[in-house]
Amino acid sequence: MSDAQTTQIPVTVLTGYLGAGKTTLLNRILSENHGKRYAVIVNEFGEIGIDNELIVESDEEIYEMNNGCVCCTVRGDLIRVVEGLMRRPGRFDAIVVETTGLADPVPVAQTFFMDDDVRSKTRLDAVVALVDAKHLPLRLKDSREAEDQIAFADVVVLNKTDLVTPEELAKVEATIRAINPAARIHRTTRAGVALSEVLDRGAFDLARALENDPHFLEAHDEHDHHDHDHHDHDGHDHHHHDHDGHHHHAHASDIHDVTVQSVSLRGGEMDPKKFFPWIEKITQMEGPNILRLKGIIALKGDDERYVIQGVHMIIEGDHQRAWKDGEKHESRLVFIGRELDGERLKKSFEACQAA
Amino acid sequence: MPTVAPLDLEGHCIAAVFLGDVPHFALADGAIHRLDHGHKTVPANDGLLAAFHDGANDRLITGGEDGKVFAVKAGGEVAELASAGRKWITSVAAGPQGAIAFASGKTAYVRFADGKTKEFAHPRSVEGLAFSPKGMRFGVARYNGATLHFPAAEGKPVELEWAGAHTGITFSPDGAFLVTTMQENALHGWKLADGKHMRMSGYPGKVKSLSWSAKGKWLASSGAPAAIVWPFSSKDGPMGKAPLELGTRGNAMVTSVACHPSQDVVAIGYDDGMVMAVRFADAKEVLLRRPGKGAITAMMWDKQERRVVFGSAAGDCGVIDISA
Repeated sequence: MSDAQTTQIPVTVLTGYLGAGKTTLLNRILSENHGKRYAVIVNEFGEIGIDNELIVESDEEIYEMNNGCVCCTVRGDLIRVVEGLMRRPGRFDAIVVETTGLADPVPVAQTFFMDDDVRSKTRLDAVVALVDAKHLPLRLKDSREAEDQIAFADVVVLNKTDLVTPEELAKVEATIRAINPAARIHRTTRAGVALSEVLDRGAFDLARALENDPHFLEAHDEHDHHDHDHHDHDGHDHHHHDHDGHHHHAHASDIHDVTVQSVSLRGGEMDPKKFFPWIEKITQMEGPNILRLKGIIALKGDDERYVIQGVHMIIEGDHQRAWKDGEKHESRLVFIGRELDGERLKKSFEACQAA
Repeated sequence: MPTVAPLDLEGHCIAAVFLGDVPHFALADGAIHRLDHGHKTVPANDGLLAAFHDGANDRLITGGEDGKVFAVKAGGEVAELASAGRKWITSVAAGPQGAIAFASGKTAYVRFADGKTKEFAHPRSVEGLAFSPKGMRFGVARYNGATLHFPAAEGKPVELEWAGAHTGITFSPDGAFLVTTMQENALHGWKLADGKHMRMSGYPGKVKSLSWSAKGKWLASSGAPAAIVWPFSSKDGPMGKAPLELGTRGNAMVTSVACHPSQDVVAIGYDDGMVMAVRFADAKEVLLRRPGKGAITAMMWDKQERRVVFGSAAGDCGVIDISA
């Protein structure tokens, strides 16, 4: 894995509605002195004020794969553009893909897993969602895409925070957390996030993401504990219910217009003979409903932590590092999606634990 | 034993062709190299993406990142034929009477020999282009099928439907069949007389190189550890027949194929840079070039049937002399 990764070009996907600040961020990526060269794939040259031969305009082209699976979609235009760019790889260090405001981030991400040529030369680094703090509530009302973009993101740049009151901001951030408890959130004005927080994150290389963020998945658990005390005051109570198992279904958030939910699971050491068939089956059956899944798995008899991540039906796993002395051999898994049966996931996950 | 005259270049070779019997190599950076009493270079596109050998006019048509289309002739003569703005030109083709076609995004363009240009807008991206050998007709590979246009006449295009993304396209030399490469690991074909479908699947990889044998009796293809060669001599094409598998190797994939101009022999290029020639009749193999630095991306035979020019993804190109 490490050999291939050194030669694979990292790709950052930038999502967000019109006016959320994508162009501002792109212009910064293209003009700031960070010592790296970026090829940028945009839907329209539009307002990018920088003349750069490595800005490529591409018509968003979503192709369903001919394998009978409705969620197996890729961006056909990206396959072609990436192939073209990679024939002259010396020109740039990384690729940024800007999607249209209404874009579904899934086909973009899946392109980097499903197409062999693209996959051999590039690796998806992170999906970054720009969110307009003032207009998010409205966006969530009138579209499912705004929610999908947040649910799918590794990094959320909560922009234009100067246009809202502290109370409004807290509410918007709580909404984002309710949709996606695993994402990193940065509050900004004028898309003023440090570029190191959005570029070269290694978010899809879960082993590296965990190194960058040792409290990954744990931070989320703290939210759950928080919810135990105040679960009527914010939108997180579904996690609470999942953990207690009082309800048979994971609930979508209390916050209006949010349909994405997350299910967090926690268990002890897993029996690999049970866990792997289970995760295969879950992603096969629930694939269309699962936007992202991420987890750290303790496998019985394995000296190393196993990390797993997925998009719809695609799952990837790898050993991350040896368990440290005294570290609790614990498995944690989070699903972000729709219509997930949290109780059933919890029970079947727990049934995979080693005897 | 065949001898190889190497030409070590920097970069991905998109096309390796003979123009006026001189080997030419078109690289991804847009430079056109040739071996014409020494190594010479002329620039064409600023970033080359697509190239098509126009045999009838002894020229190479190129399209690139600069949104331009060039014609490259022997001796380093480069002429700009068209420009489509800032967008990439992703596919080019040459047809009868000096016409060419090129694609940018969802639009296909035909430029006639007199310089007149006609646009053909499509609802989805134009992935591949090819002219029919007969009449003024060209085909577009697109999502869920192919579209046939008759650019010299008014009237509706012919739509050929087959689910999936079609990325490349070629007509058989007699114009009876249309074959597309697909995003999935398969070819799809239509018998144009009745629209009958031909499914050619089972490849372990994507098919990126196709070559018709002499008189169009066979269609050779890449995308497997062997050259997969489909029989097209009967009126229904390859339906119900198994393809030949030639030059099978256990540890390498075929990346490029080029059929001999007159005999049933195919030059096969592999992902490790090896090149072999294999005869259809008895599958007899002759090693033409040992493995090199990169996957073979382009090959062509000369008219004398004596030499094969080849290019690779790593830039180690050359000319193989078989008569030596």
